[in-house]
Amino acid sequence: MAAEDLYREVILDHYKNPRGHGVIENADAQAEGVNPLCGDEVSIFVQFADDGETVEDVKFSGRGCAISQASTSMLMEMVKGRTAHEIAELPKEELLGEVGIPLTPIRLKCALLGLGVLKVALHRAKGTPLPEEWAGLDELELS
Amino acid sequence: MAVKAQSRLDARRLRADFPIFEQQIHGKPLAYLDSAVTSQKPRQVLDAMHTFYETSYANVHRGVYTLSERATAEFEQAREKVAGFINAPSAREIVFTRQATEALNLIAYAWGLNNLGPGDLAVVTELEHHSNFVPWQYIAKRAGAELRMIRVTDDGELDLDGLDEIGRDGAVKVVATNLVSNALGTINPVEKLVEWAHARGAIMVVDAAQAAPHHPVDVQALGCDFLALSAHKMCGPTGVGALWGRRELLEAMEPFNLGGHMISKVRFEETTWGEVPQKFEAGTMPIAEAVGLGAAIDYLNGIGVEAVEAHEQELAAVALERLGDVPGVLLYGPPADRRAGIVSFNVEGIHPHDVSQVLDSEGVAIRAGHHCCQPLMTRLGVAATNRASFYLYTVPEEIDRLVDGIRKAQKILG
Repeated sequence: MAAEDLYREVILDHYKNPRGHGVIENADAQAEGVNPLCGDEVSIFVQFADDGETVEDVKFSGRGCAISQASTSMLMEMVKGRTAHEIAELPKEELLGEVGIPLTPIRLKCALLGLGVLKVALHRAKGTPLPEEWAGLDELELS
Repeated sequence: MAVKAQSRLDARRLRADFPIFEQQIHGKPLAYLDSAVTSQKPRQVLDAMHTFYETSYANVHRGVYTLSERATAEFEQAREKVAGFINAPSAREIVFTRQATEALNLIAYAWGLNNLGPGDLAVVTELEHHSNFVPWQYIAKRAGAELRMIRVTDDGELDLDGLDEIGRDGAVKVVATNLVSNALGTINPVEKLVEWAHARGAIMVVDAAQAAPHHPVDVQALGCDFLALSAHKMCGPTGVGALWGRRELLEAMEPFNLGGHMISKVRFEETTWGEVPQKFEAGTMPIAEAVGLGAAIDYLNGIGVEAVEAHEQELAAVALERLGDVPGVLLYGPPADRRAGIVSFNVEGIHPHDVSQVLDSEGVAIRAGHHCCQPLMTRLGVAATNRASFYLYTVPEEIDRLVDGIRKAQKILG
């Protein structure tokens, strides 16, 4: 595959101008995750609306490749306004559809790191179910 | 003293021995610049294993029939070749393992658990691959001993000035280091560490996984007590490695894996162990792989490891110079004359995954990641680096393609 097909304009735009990049102090939900293959780290912070369910604000910080940063940026736009339970059930295909590029198994891990960390954050704060594939992230203790 | 003729190798001619280069990747010739993680295999090694399976295969040390004797002879001949390759005093001191990782685990468990205790220190370096770091960290903790780390300088070379301070912290029992760093290519001053270790009554463990393919290894000249290598990094197959250890240490050690072949007598009440090295070779061994390792050693001896090293140092010097000319490229590690054919670098503002992805689209394969050296990455203050590594089949044009690919990545992602 030509590199230009992978690094489509929309990916580069999210990578260079990430949406929701930052930190929420005293966040209602928060988690950190790492991709052990490359050491990339992502932290996600969630603030709920008064109903305690709807995501009012969500931000991420960390470092990683263009794919992980762009997909996490897209995720921030995708989940704002949804409830914790809706996000817990959000299929990864929805995010991957948005990312819209063919990914090898290794790059898939990059693209899905942010989604996994978000699901862990909600699981910890709201007890929403955590699919088996993200359980490993929940056990990670980062310094 | 006779001057030893330094034969040069012809990488272009040697490439023809490697069937993998007959293909294209994304329509471009394969530039395989990831030999530090594993090397490609010459036809001579593949043929030797194939022939062994077709003509001589049986289990070893088991049958009295002709085929088993033939297989045993080839297996033991491979052991002799390993001994010769690293100048071990005796082939009986060579233990076949799955790879260097298992060899290092064998030492940590079979020696470490019985020789480390409270007040003792296991000393590793900041340059270690996880395979020579994690086992010592784990075993030291289990034994109630402590782990200490020899730091590296900003150039990625061991800072030996810190040794005396480490020595004051407790009784140094084992010092473990690699001979060549897989992440930076640093060639470590093992002889000096051996001297320091032995002066304290400690044993010296050398991880030669990254050295053996590229740098002459002589266990008697190094003066170490244990040395580990992997076949797959030196033109041999996966699934086999070797441990060399001093006979008296191996004989005094407890076994590691337990089962068939490693025993002398098995009774319900008690089992006694077989002789060294069988004591450490439980179960059916990677027989054809050991034969493949023997063929790889023949192949490397035919070229001369000194010639391989000289070729790689030339390539490393070219790569450091060419990459140093690219704005935004940060290089890690020592100068070319003190490193093996490994160049670790980062491209400012571009994650290593993205650099290597763009390079892949150009048919250039490099490694991106922490290279199983997270303590070192922490020291360098990075999560990951790009790493290009060379071998006897690497040609200078591949470095040109590496540099062009990096410029392309900068154009796309910069």
